[in-house]
Amino acid sequence: MSERRGGLLVELLVHLALLTAVVVALYPILWVITLAVSPGEAPEPRVLPIPSEWSLDNFREVAGRTDDDGTWLFGVQLFNSLFISAATAVVAIAIATPAAYAMSRFDFVGKAGATRTILATQMFPGVAAAIPLYLMMDFLGLIDTRTGLILVYATTSVPFAVFQLRGAFDGIPRDLEEAAMVDGATRFGAFVRVVLPAARPALAVTCLFAFMTAWNEFILAATFMNEEAMFTLPVVLQRYVGEYESRWGAFAAGAILVSVPVMALFYWLQRHLVGGLAGAVKG
Amino acid sequence: MRPVLALFAVLALLGTAAPATAQEVVFWHHYGDAEAEGLRAAVGAFEREHPGVDVRLVHTPFGAYASKLESAIPTGHGPDVFIDAHERLGTYARAGLVQPIGELGLALRLEYEPEHLGALAVDEVQYGLPVALKTAALYVNTDLLPTPPDSLEEIAALRGRLPEGVWPLVFEAESSYYDAALLHAWGGRLIDEDGAWAFEGEAAERTLATIRELTRAGVVPEEPNGDLVTQLFGSGQAATAIGGPWIAGDLPDDLSYTVVALPRVEAAGAAMRPYVTIEGVFVAAEAREPELARELALFLAGSDGSTLRARIGQQVVAARSPWQTERAAETPAFDPSGRLTAFRRAASDGIPMSTHANMRMAFEPAMRAIRKVLRGDVAPANALAEARHRFEDVTRPLPPERSPTVPLVVVGLVLLIVAISAVRRARDPQFRESLRASVPAYRYVAHAALAVGLLVIAPLAVGAATSLFAGYGTDMHYVGLANYADILTARGGELLGHGSFYLVLLVTVLWTLLNVAFHVGIGVALALLLNRPGLLLKGPYRVLLILPWAVPSYVTALSWKGMFHRQFGAINAILEAAGAEPVSWFAQWSTAFAANVATNVWLGFPFMMVVTLGALAAIPKDLYEAAAVDGANAWQRFRLITVPNLKPMLAPAVVMGSVWTFNMFNVVFLVSGGEPDGSTEILVSEAYRWAFTRSAQYGYAAAYAVLIFGILFFSTRVIGRRVEGMGGTA
Repeated sequence: MSERRGGLLVELLVHLALLTAVVVALYPILWVITLAVSPGEAPEPRVLPIPSEWSLDNFREVAGRTDDDGTWLFGVQLFNSLFISAATAVVAIAIATPAAYAMSRFDFVGKAGATRTILATQMFPGVAAAIPLYLMMDFLGLIDTRTGLILVYATTSVPFAVFQLRGAFDGIPRDLEEAAMVDGATRFGAFVRVVLPAARPALAVTCLFAFMTAWNEFILAATFMNEEAMFTLPVVLQRYVGEYESRWGAFAAGAILVSVPVMALFYWLQRHLVGGLAGAVKG
Repeated sequence: MRPVLALFAVLALLGTAAPATAQEVVFWHHYGDAEAEGLRAAVGAFEREHPGVDVRLVHTPFGAYASKLESAIPTGHGPDVFIDAHERLGTYARAGLVQPIGELGLALRLEYEPEHLGALAVDEVQYGLPVALKTAALYVNTDLLPTPPDSLEEIAALRGRLPEGVWPLVFEAESSYYDAALLHAWGGRLIDEDGAWAFEGEAAERTLATIRELTRAGVVPEEPNGDLVTQLFGSGQAATAIGGPWIAGDLPDDLSYTVVALPRVEAAGAAMRPYVTIEGVFVAAEAREPELARELALFLAGSDGSTLRARIGQQVVAARSPWQTERAAETPAFDPSGRLTAFRRAASDGIPMSTHANMRMAFEPAMRAIRKVLRGDVAPANALAEARHRFEDVTRPLPPERSPTVPLVVVGLVLLIVAISAVRRARDPQFRESLRASVPAYRYVAHAALAVGLLVIAPLAVGAATSLFAGYGTDMHYVGLANYADILTARGGELLGHGSFYLVLLVTVLWTLLNVAFHVGIGVALALLLNRPGLLLKGPYRVLLILPWAVPSYVTALSWKGMFHRQFGAINAILEAAGAEPVSWFAQWSTAFAANVATNVWLGFPFMMVVTLGALAAIPKDLYEAAAVDGANAWQRFRLITVPNLKPMLAPAVVMGSVWTFNMFNVVFLVSGGEPDGSTEILVSEAYRWAFTRSAQYGYAAAYAVLIFGILFFSTRVIGRRVEGMGGTA
């Protein structure tokens, strides 16, 4: 029972280590906040990111943008971002879940190839695909539509979603659905009614990943959308970084506004996050 | 819930179909708020003169502007009229994106200076009209200096005579754009009329020596960026600043300052001459109403439109008439402070940037040479010789066009062989049996396969195929494997020479290994700490430690870059508070690389931590209980239970993490930007440079992408097999 001795000391050291990690994790973020709330601050080397004066002007400017007709642009763009990201998550999950289930439960011709392809799609730098995608969206008449962006984001999220969900399904005992099938359920019925509820944490996490892919992306969004009323928030943020002048204060304020919903999602899903990835990593 | 979603879907679809009016002109610009307001006023006046015409102003982010024009105009999604800098006209004209503006009357021709008009013509064909002039001038703080200094030497002599903490001069000393003004004073050029490298010889060396002298003597601060220039001058911490009209908007209202032309350089016997960018208004090749579009362009660039833009948007307009006043010493009514007039004069004295396509490719090598001289002990002549080499590297002639017959025949043969073997295989009864058995599974997989195949794999395959083409933008021709040959032979240089594929690959591998090692090390360590039973504040810790993952990385990476600033960064402030010497982070490879790694480790450890937490939760508790009963101590339990159970569960995440890190373009691009001298570049950031900062050489970038894919694909397979093999023998 040597571990009991010095238990308090060990506990203190653990908290010290964790606190250090928290400080390191927060430090750069606090600088972003400082930049956003202190307009026109004189630059000087400082250790602590504490603004000398406070102002919410940058936030007011970013969030208050309207267009010529007085439409609240920021609101429209926030809606775009939320709608596109949420729809991406829903579509990606809808496509990936059955596929991941089949990869977990069935043997089929081409399964090994599919597994390899999933990993391979993550390896190809996207730089080469933007122009072919643009031409394809143009052919389908989906330029300047939310639908086009949702389709592209959702399909890009599918490979990783399958990878993750397959691991989660592998971790769910087969007896569960077999019992249901003995009771008269079809294979699909057992999948929907037994397996999916058991995989809820993993589904939540996969949703979060797809949501974030869409939420933070700006290269494709800037390429596909021509109307300001169709932009997503990351594209809007780029307007503060121009050729000649960059308005870092407004950029930082916008960045914080963009991060808040994701942070809220993380907070809300944090218990699932751990459980959801637990299954995935068994894959 | 469901009706609400359906409503959203309907709204989203409705939003996409805008009703088209009879006469609509779409106008693209990338202006900030102030300039956009002036533009709106001018457009409004045009609309009043042309009832029934609706001009739709579209702001497109500058970062995506050129590539959007290139993809949108040919497919008919582009603007009818747009504004852009004259340096890009060469590219647009070659790609057929703009149409000639047509005959201009004498009165209109006289409205502009001949050089400004000439900058918007290619091969004697006038494509655009000058709208605004962008150039730098000298801002002088009149509280500190009641009379503006005349010469650079006079400014340098201010050092020590100003209040404590005030710099004599602040400007972006590392930017080739600003330093060119000094080069021009010495009679030098960055490139000559034929687009060949000209940044060498005495003028170039004296320019570099002067900048180094100014920095070393403490006349100008180190590592200055545009933001720092505004902040230092705006807060009265700099007596003078070199900058464009765009700075004025960010200066506080109570600052008293004036703007004058750039100072003389006594040693050179001439004044500094800044580069001038002539912003032109162009009519797109696919304009729906070409006549109307042309009229709009003429109006905006003409006298009335220009006056409105100058008055409301505070733009330095190119047209002459708004500036003409009764007496020469006066300033026009829209410019009470005389600031715009000063810029307008500076633009007349400046040198229009070359329209040669090589101009844009000269800035990066020149900037690298400047930085090298400023930060290291490299002699200017050596740095300039390297810059010439680098410039010639990116502007080298494209490989010759080849006939695509041979590869087409090869592809045809391969397809035939695949088809024959597929048919033969399909005849095999055993295979048919297993295929039939697979049908239920296909019902679950089909839509995913279809979606991923069409929207992920097909574009990637097309992208990969562009690696067989060479050219700029959309103007490409088939060259076979020439791009690959070029890359793999290090473009004729040394195989491990500067910027060669193999050297960059080495850096990339080191980058990946270090990052993943730290991600796993820190992630697992924190997860183990968080996983201690009965830990207080577990929830708050967990949420706070995930935060680096939740904030968009393009923002936090910039925050890290600021923290590593030589003079104003927080990291050096901490070092100095601890009594250590400040470090010039981006001056050496080792520290710049370390800065990149630190940023990426910070971004990536939360993912590994969360994955590990999940894996730890999945290890059956009874294993530990049994071990405790057997008398195993904490270390033994960790070594014999935690580690072996964790390993297989972390393996997929580690593979995925390695692939992501290998292609982590954001951090390298935003933090070190390849500094010093391109040595911290990784393969994917190199690919992005060819695609976006070196005249859109997409074929070349695609060849990099294919090579990256090949390397990752084979190394993960080899590693995967070895891991499986080890698992088998264990």
